[in-house]
Amino acid sequence: MVSPQTMRAVRESGATPQSEFLLEISHARKEFPGVVALDDVSLQLKRGTVHALMGENGAGKSTLMKIIAGIYTPDSGTVQLRGNDIRLKSPLDALENGIAMIHQELNLMPFMTVAENIWIRREPLTRFGFVDHRELNRRTAELFARLNIDIDPEIQVSYLSVASRQMVEIAKAVSYESDVLIMDEPTSALTETEVAHLFAIIRDLRAQGKGIVYITHKMSELFEIADEVSVFRDGRYIGTHAAADVTRDQIIREMVGREITQMFPKEEVAIGNVVLSVKNLSLKGVFDDISFDVRAGEILGIAGLVGSGRSNVAETIFGVTPASSGTISINGEVVNIATPTIAIQHGMAFITEDRKETGCLLALDIQENMQLAVLQDKYTRFGFVAQGELSRTCEDMAQKLRVKTPNLAERVENLSGGNQQKVLIGRWLLTNPKILILDEPTRGIDVGAKAEIHKLVTQLAHQGVAVVMISSELPEVLGMSDRIMVMHHGRATGFLDRSEADQVKIMDLAAR
Amino acid sequence: MTTTSDAIATPRTRSRKLPTELSILAVLIGIALVFEILGWIFIKQSFLMNQQRLTIMILQVSVVGIIAVGVTQVIITGGIDLSSGSVVGMTAMIAASFAQSADWARPVYPALVGLPVIIPLVIGLAIGSLAGVVNGSLISYTKIPPFIATLGMMVSARGVAKWYTKGQPVSGLTPEFNFIGSGIWPVIIFLGVAAIFHIGLRYTRYGKFTYAIGANPQAARVSGINIERHLVKVYAISGMLAGLAGLVTAARAQTAQAGMGVMYELDAIAAAVIGGTSLAGGQGRITGTVIGTIILGTMTSGFTFLRVDAYYQEIIKGMIIVAAVVADQYRQRKRKKV
Repeated sequence: MVSPQTMRAVRESGATPQSEFLLEISHARKEFPGVVALDDVSLQLKRGTVHALMGENGAGKSTLMKIIAGIYTPDSGTVQLRGNDIRLKSPLDALENGIAMIHQELNLMPFMTVAENIWIRREPLTRFGFVDHRELNRRTAELFARLNIDIDPEIQVSYLSVASRQMVEIAKAVSYESDVLIMDEPTSALTETEVAHLFAIIRDLRAQGKGIVYITHKMSELFEIADEVSVFRDGRYIGTHAAADVTRDQIIREMVGREITQMFPKEEVAIGNVVLSVKNLSLKGVFDDISFDVRAGEILGIAGLVGSGRSNVAETIFGVTPASSGTISINGEVVNIATPTIAIQHGMAFITEDRKETGCLLALDIQENMQLAVLQDKYTRFGFVAQGELSRTCEDMAQKLRVKTPNLAERVENLSGGNQQKVLIGRWLLTNPKILILDEPTRGIDVGAKAEIHKLVTQLAHQGVAVVMISSELPEVLGMSDRIMVMHHGRATGFLDRSEADQVKIMDLAAR
Repeated sequence: MTTTSDAIATPRTRSRKLPTELSILAVLIGIALVFEILGWIFIKQSFLMNQQRLTIMILQVSVVGIIAVGVTQVIITGGIDLSSGSVVGMTAMIAASFAQSADWARPVYPALVGLPVIIPLVIGLAIGSLAGVVNGSLISYTKIPPFIATLGMMVSARGVAKWYTKGQPVSGLTPEFNFIGSGIWPVIIFLGVAAIFHIGLRYTRYGKFTYAIGANPQAARVSGINIERHLVKVYAISGMLAGLAGLVTAARAQTAQAGMGVMYELDAIAAAVIGGTSLAGGQGRITGTVIGTIILGTMTSGFTFLRVDAYYQEIIKGMIIVAAVVADQYRQRKRKKV
C-alpha cells in the first residue's frame, strides 16, 4: 500500500511506473446501512480511452465514481492507480493524484470569477502574498485557449449559462493536469453544438493519453465517444465491451435485464377540439410572438436549443412568469393566467424542468410530495386534510405509476431520479389535468423509467389530455409528438408535422 | 433496487418511522437523570421528587414555550423571527394600559379604567398579530430576508414599548386580567396553544403548505400555493403568539414593563432547534419544540437546584444548545446516507 503522499512524490518526480492500466479497481464492495451499493465490482481504465459506465439509476455507477474520486472508500477490494495500490481518503487526495471529477451538480462558487473558481486553493501570489489577479487571468486565458473555450476569465460565474459553467468545470479538471477524468452526465444540460464542442475536448484529452470515465444515459453518445463500455445493474458489474463490437440493444438488455421492445409507444389517438390556444404571447426580452393551438389528445413537442426560450414559454403559460403581451385561451375562452394557482384552476399541470429546484420537496416524504397540488381545492374540509382518503388515493397512484419504494413515508431525497419524476407526475395526475405541460420529462432518468413515462404520456393523450412536451432529446420529441414547434432565440421558427419531421429539419430550424 | 416488474414493492402502507421526538425526549430524560444523580451526590436531595420544583420549572418556561410554538412555524417555512421578545414587551405595555383597575392612582388612560378583561386580551393579540403581519408583508412583498425584517421589528417594537409610557411601568391591573397569569394557567395556555398548532401543522392544509414552502418554495409556488399570502399568515400567527406571551407575562407579574421579554426570542429559537426543527426549513414539529422548551426549563431549574453560579449557568446553557444541534446534524447525516 502506497500512501497518496508517496504516490504524489513519485508522480512529481516523473518516475511513474508504466502499468497496463491507468486505473484498476478490483472486487470493490461498498455498503451503506441497509443497502449494498456495490458488490464485487471491477473496472479497468486504459490510457487514452473513454470508458463509459452504463446502468439505470441506482445501478451503482455513482458509488463507483465516488470511490474513484476519493469521496467514498470501499469496504473491501482494491484500487490501483498506475499499477500501485492506493487508498484515497478524500477528494483532495484524488485530485493530487491526478484524478479529477466533474460533478453532475456543478460545484462552482457563483459569486466568484471564472478564474478564481478554477484556481481556487492554487492562486498565484505576488511577492507580498496577495493574489496575483493578472497572472490568474492569464493562466485561465491560456487554459481556455488550449481547450478552445470562449469565456471571459474575469466574469462572475453567476452570469454564465449552465453550458458555460460545465465548460468551466471541465477546464478546472484539466487544470489539475489530471490523468483520470470522471464525467458524470456532462451533456445533460447541453445543446447539440455544445455537446460537439465537449466531445472535441474529450477527444483531445484522449489523444494526450488521459483516461476518461464517462457516465451517461444517452445511448447515442456512447457510440459516438466511448471506446469501452462497462455495464452495471443493481450494484453489480455485468460486463465490459469494446464500443465497436456491441449493439445498443445488447447494452440495454444488460442494463435492465429485460428487453425494451418499444421506446416510444406512440399511438394514434382521436384528436379533439382545441383546448389550449396561445396567441402572440410575449415575455419582454425573453420570447416574442409565440402562437400555437393544442387539441385534446394531441401532443405538441417543443424543440430548440437550451436558452431558446422553450421553458420560459411553458412558465408563462402556467403563470409562473406572467406574459407581457398576448393571450392564452382555454376551451375558447381567454383567461388571464397571472399565477400558477389560476393555471391549476383551469385544469393545467406543469412538470418543471428541474426536479430538484422546482419540483421535489426533498426533505419531505412521497405522500407529502404527491398530495401538494391536489390540496389546493380537494380533500380538505374546513381546512383539515382528509388524510385517510388522500393517502389511499396517493397509494393507488404510486402503484399505478410503479414508484419503487417500500412505502409512501420514504423521503423523496432517497429516491432515484426516475422515481422522483414519477412522484411529480403523480402529483399532477391527482389534479385530473386537461392540459399537461412537460418540460424535459425524462432528463437524467434511466431507460426503464423513461419508457414507462413515455407510455404514460401516450395514455394520457389517449384519454383526451392536451399535452405540451419540451425536450432536448430529439428522438423523444420525434417519437412522441403529433406536431413539433421549433424555437430559436425566443421565436418560433417553424412547425413540423409528425409525418415530415426528422432530426435534420429540427436542427435546421433550431440553429438557423 | 430491482427492475423486474414482479419485484416492485407495493406502496400500501405509509408506516411511520420512529419519530425524532423520541430521541429528544431521551435527551430530556437523560438531563433530568443527571440532575437527579448529582442532586443525591452533592446536596442529598431528589431533583425530580419535588412537585413544587417541577411546577415552577414548567411555569418559568411557559412564556418562552408559547413564543416557541409560533417561532417553530416560522422556522419551518425557512424563516426566522427575531422580534418575538420585543413584541412581548410591546403588547404587555399596551394591553396592560387597558387593563388597569378603577382604584389605581395613576392610570395611563384615566377614562378607560376597569374595562372588561376581554378588551386588553383582544388588543394584545391584535397588536401581536399586527407586528407579525408587518413582518410577513415585508418579507413577502419586498423580498428582504426574514432576519432583517424581524430584526427591524425587534428594535422598533422595543422602542414602542419604551415610548408608550416614557419608560414608566404600567401597574394596578384588574384581578380578572391577572388571573391568566396566576397559578398554573400559563402552563395550561402554553400546552393548549401547542396542542392547537400541533394539530394545525399536521392535519390542516395550512400546515401542509407551511412545510412545503420551507422544503422548496419554488416547487410550492408551481404547485399553486400563494407563498406570499401564506407567509403573512405564518408570521401573523407567530406575532399573535408573542402577543399572547406578552399578556401572560404582564398578568403573571401583575404589571407591565418595557423591558419584558428581552432575549425571549433567542430562547424560543433555541427551544425549537433543540426540539429538532431545522433552520434550513421544511422540518420540525411542535411536540419537539415542547420538549425543547422543557429541556431549557430543566437546565435552568437543575442548575439552580445544584446551586450552580448564574454565570456558569449561562456558559453551560450555551454549550448545551450548540451540542444539541451538532447531535441533530450528525443524526440527520446518518439517516440521509441510507
